[in-house]
This record gives sequence, structure tokens and C-alpha cells, in this order.
Amino acid sequence: MKILVLISKAPDTTTKISFTDGDTKFNDQGVQFVVNPYDEWYALVRALELKEANGGSVTILTVGDATNDPVIRKALAIGADGAVRIDAQPDDAYQVAYQIAEYAKDQNYDLILGGKETIDYNGGQVPGMVASLLNLPFVSNASKLDMSGNTATMERDIQGGVELVEVDTPFVLSAAKGMAEQRIPNMRGIMAARSKPLQVVPAAAVDGLTSVSSYELPPAKAEVRIVDADNPEELIDLLHNEAKMI
Amino acid sequence: MSVLVFADSNDGKVVKSAFEAVTYGSKVASSTGGHCEVVTYGNVDNDQLTALGNYGATKVSVDRSVSDFDPNRLARLVGSQAEALGSDTIVIFSHDYTGKSVAPMAAAHLKAGLVAGAIDYPNTDGGFTVKKAVFSGEAFARFSITTGIEVISLLPNSISVEKGDGAAEVAEISPDLGDSRLRVKEVRTKGGDGILLTEAELVVSAGRGLKGPENWGMIEELAQELGAATACSRPVSDIGWRPHHEHVGQTGIAIRPNLYIAVGISGAIQHLAGVNGSKTIVVINTDPEAPFFKAADYGIVGDAFEVVPKLLSAVRNHKAALN
Ligand SMILES: Cc1cc2nc3c(=O)[nH]c(=O)nc-3n(C[C@H](O)[C@H](O)[C@H](O)COP(=O)(O)OP(=O)(O)OC[C@H]3O[C@@H](n4cnc5c(N)ncnc54)[C@H](O)[C@@H]3O)c2cc1C
Ligand SMILES: Nc1ncnc2c1ncn2[C@@H]1O[C@H](COP(=O)(O)O)[C@@H](O)[C@H]1O
Repeated sequence: MKILVLISKAPDTTTKISFTDGDTKFNDQGVQFVVNPYDEWYALVRALELKEANGGSVTILTVGDATNDPVIRKALAIGADGAVRIDAQPDDAYQVAYQIAEYAKDQNYDLILGGKETIDYNGGQVPGMVASLLNLPFVSNASKLDMSGNTATMERDIQGGVELVEVDTPFVLSAAKGMAEQRIPNMRGIMAARSKPLQVVPAAAVDGLTSVSSYELPPAKAEVRIVDADNPEELIDLLHNEAKMI
Repeated sequence: MSVLVFADSNDGKVVKSAFEAVTYGSKVASSTGGHCEVVTYGNVDNDQLTALGNYGATKVSVDRSVSDFDPNRLARLVGSQAEALGSDTIVIFSHDYTGKSVAPMAAAHLKAGLVAGAIDYPNTDGGFTVKKAVFSGEAFARFSITTGIEVISLLPNSISVEKGDGAAEVAEISPDLGDSRLRVKEVRTKGGDGILLTEAELVVSAGRGLKGPENWGMIEELAQELGAATACSRPVSDIGWRPHHEHVGQTGIAIRPNLYIAVGISGAIQHLAGVNGSKTIVVINTDPEAPFFKAADYGIVGDAFEVVPKLLSAVRNHKAALN
């Protein structure tokens, strides 16, 4: 089985977010980047498990410049066989998806796995767009994936439950919690990652369809109002009369 | 500009998030001098569709031949309707599970820019920008869409539903959507009359401070008394004290209820990422230094095992006094 995993980099979850250039650019000074958790913990690990069970290969693909190389090496250390980086600045989901589709269209992947969303722009757009551009079936927010021959059985999160769906390869999936357990790379993996192939591919010509015009931080939260532990009636009163919530 | 809203249904009934999306769509239509149409699928009661007129829709097109969920086919359904409405149509989805599947495919199909998870109405003075939360709720961004057709998915609970009078015209359609390649085998819902966490206006949530799964009885009782859904922090679902679908936060689900009551949760940034859109936050924690208090509107510093039972009786007294 030939598997492609879409990997993006994202600021570490504890990053203090700030902006520059008149609040039009994300300030990446001193920011620690990690592999987007959904891509690493769920999509990549499940891809590796499937490879371990059925044979085949796992390639990771990132659209971005050379600042992505450390997170690519991290994903290789976890166990991917090789990596491809498409050398384009990822500014817009469609532009990223187009790059991925152009690369993947004649590679005959059985399975393309992405995360349910990146934790920076929280769009959840790229995998579905890739599926559309490649005219492949798409299952989003999948929390379970099993393969039997060319047929995949998945659980997909839906409002208030899960749906069981079946689809034949090739297809595209976005992974949510439940699909696999996080793997911590070991020393051998880290050493091996250094010599694994990282192929850099030039970008295809495509324009983005959206752009960020400005950023803002939420207004500072007013000081919390502390209610005495022996007097929860006061809390109910505040929630009823002041917040008008109950 | 014309507006097209995709509405989802469940068990023959239009879902709540669709009423928000139609309200949103009809407001956008009236502010840009157009009208608001709806496209939907499946076996939805006809009077439910006519009633979308209450939220401002003039026409509802329904494809009853699509029964099972398949984002590829639904994206084509929405695409064909959007193209019929014209090259400057605004297409609206709810950013619920269905919208998350279909909107990106429809946008790519139409080669139209998508803002996923909008929290406000678009600004159309000299451009088209839409506000959404980014960095898991730590900031906001205004995205501008530069294509003729614009696609927006609206984050549930972002605007209030406005219901008036009106009846929408209902039209049956069945455009060519290609064959389905997904086979839906089974739909498992929690069932019962529990409140869906993603739709809940009030949520009671608890974390590792509760010490063990056997202590959740008081949380469930409080939730039931308030008419709230229950949620939990990630470690609690990881160790199996609570089901996975209750896990909120960066790696779980994001919710934005009117009221979020957090009991015995420290308020780690990754937890806050899933709940910081809540309108009012109440924190109950033994540790006055718990970071959650910085994100809270109201707080009680105290032991959950003493505070929650007292709060429960205070809620009961409050309800009795109102009756
Ligand atoms: C990449 C990443 C993603 C993550 N995603 C998520 C996510 O989506 N959601 C999430 O929740 N976490 C997430 N986490 C984990 C997060 O960092 C915290 O570890 C987690 O939220 C802590 O859970 P907790 O508050 O229940 O437990 P703890 O941090 O152990 O806090 C327990 C709290 O209970 C209080 N307490 C103890 N006893 C009592 C009592 N008797 N009465 C009242 N209060 C009491 C304590 O003072 C403490 O504040 C993520 C972490 C990482 C690194
Ligand atoms: N620049 C990128 N390169 C490769 N894959 C990406 C990139 N951006 C997003 N993805 C994939 O698409 C998923 C959803 O991302 P997004 O649409 O940005 O929320 C991520 O979890 C990744 O799997």
C-alpha cells in the first residue's frame, strides 16, 4: 500500500501569539514550531501502523519553505520512509491543495491522509480540496480506519455520534482523535531520519483565493468575580440577573 | 448578490445550525440587495422546508434522491445550484460536521475562496472580508475572499437566530451528481434525550480534579438540573473516565455555549482553546492560582465535592422560586 500523509507545521500550542506589520502578519520570532498534532499523532501514526501490518510505504508531503525541514525530520524520525517538500509559501488552502494535487495526481497513492485541521488557521480545508481536485472520495473527521484488501472501513464523527463508512482505495481522509496513539520518536528513529530522502519539488503556478487582511487579539478579559464557596446562591443570582444565562 | 445556504437535516428535521445559517444568509442577502435560497437533500418533511421562510429563505431546492451522506455528491449538488444563481453568489454552510466535509469540496469545485468557521457577518465595503477565530481562539483574523463566488462556513452559536413569518417555495431537483463511492454502513448516535454537546447552550464540564469516574454523578445531576450537556478535559477522556466525544479543547472539539461551568479543570491553554468562545465561564477549583480563573467571568475557590452539591441545591431552589 502506498500512503501519502499531509504534514504541516504549526506553532507549539503554548505559543504567545502576536502580530507585526500593523497587525497584518503573524510574528514568528522565537516561535517553536511543531508538527500539527492531528497530522502527527493520528494521520501519520495510523499510516505507519497500516504499513507495518500490510507492507508498502509512507511518504510525507509538506507545502512550504525550508523552515519546515525540522518538522519534516521529526515526522521522518517517527517512521515515515521519505519526505517531499513542495517549495511554495502556503498562503491559502486552495493554493496548498492545488500544489498537493498536482504532485499526487500521477503517483498512484492508495491513501492520502491529512489532519482534521491545522491549529493555526483552524480551517480544515486542505484535505477536502485535495479530494475534490483529484476527484477522489473524501471522509472527514475520521476517528477510526481499518483496511481489508482495497476496502477501508472508517468511523466518521457526526453530530452526536459516529457513522460507519466503507470506501475502496484510492481516497482522501482527514484524521481526528481516536485514530491512533501518539508515538514518541526514539534515538534510532532520529538518527535514521537524518539519512532519509527529503525531495524538494518546485511549486506549480497557482493563485490563492483568500488572504488575511488583518489580525486582532481578543479584548482583555475583565477580572474574574470570585464568589464565596459557602454562598453558591450568589453565583446563581449573578448568573440569573447579571449574566442572564439561567 | 444572491445567497445560497446549504441546510442539513437529521431524521426528517432541519438541524438547529441550519436555522443559524439561513438567518445569516438572509441577512447577508438583504444587506447586499439579493435574495436567499436554500439547497438541501434527503427525506426532509415538506413543512420543515416551507418553514425555512421564517428565517428569510425565499426558495428551498431539495434533492430527495440523495439519501446517504457523501461529500463529493453534496459538493456537486451545492455547486450546481450556486452556478445556477450566478457568478457572484455567496454560498453559506454551517461549520458543523457536515459543513466541514462538504464546504471545502464545494469551494474547490467552484474554485471559490472559503472562509471556514466565520463568527460574524461579512464586511462588503470595498471588498469582501470575513472574521474568524485563529490560533485556536487566541486571536481573530479578517480573511478577504478574492473570487466572484464566496464560500463561508459559519461557526455554530456565533449569531442569534431570528425567526419571523414567511413561507419558502419548495422545488424538487435532481441534478447529475455522479455515483456514490462511499457506503454508509451504520449510523450510531448516542440516542436518548441527552443534549448534544455541540449544540448545547449550557455545558457543565469536569477534569482530573474529580479524582475518579465514580464522582461524575453530581456533575451529571447538575447538568440535568440546568438543562446542560456534559464535557470533560482531555486526560479524563484519555484514561477512560469519560467518553471521547465529551473531550473539549484543541485536540477534542471546540464549543461555544452561552455558559461553561468548569469543575476541577486547571485551564491549560489547550483546554481553553476549545472553550474560550463561551459567552460566560464559571470556574470551580480548589487552587486560587489555577490558570482557568484568568479566563473566567465568575469563580468559586473551593472543593468540588462540597461546592457542587451546594450549587445543585441552589439551582433547585432557584428553579422552585421561579415556578
Ligand atoms: C498538544 C496538546 C494538546 C492538548 N489538547 C488538549 C485538549 O484538547 N483538551 C484538554 O483538556 N487538554 C489538552 N491537553 C492537555 C492540557 O495541557 C492539560 O494537561 C489538561 O487540560 C489538564 O486537564 P485537567 O485540568 O483535567 O487536569 P489537571 O491539570 O490535573 O488539573 C486538575 C485541576 O483540578 C483542581 N482540583 C483538584 N482537586 C480539586 C477538588 N477537589 N475540587 C476542585 N478542584 C480540584 C486542581 O487544582 C487542578 O487545577 C493538550 C496538551 C497538549 C500538549
Ligand atoms: N502546507 C501544508 N502542507 C501539507 N499539508 C498541509 C498543509 N496545510 C495543511 N495541510 C494538511 O491539511 C490538513 C488541514 O489543514 P487546514 O486546512 O490548513 O486546516 C492538515 O492537518 C494537514 O494534514
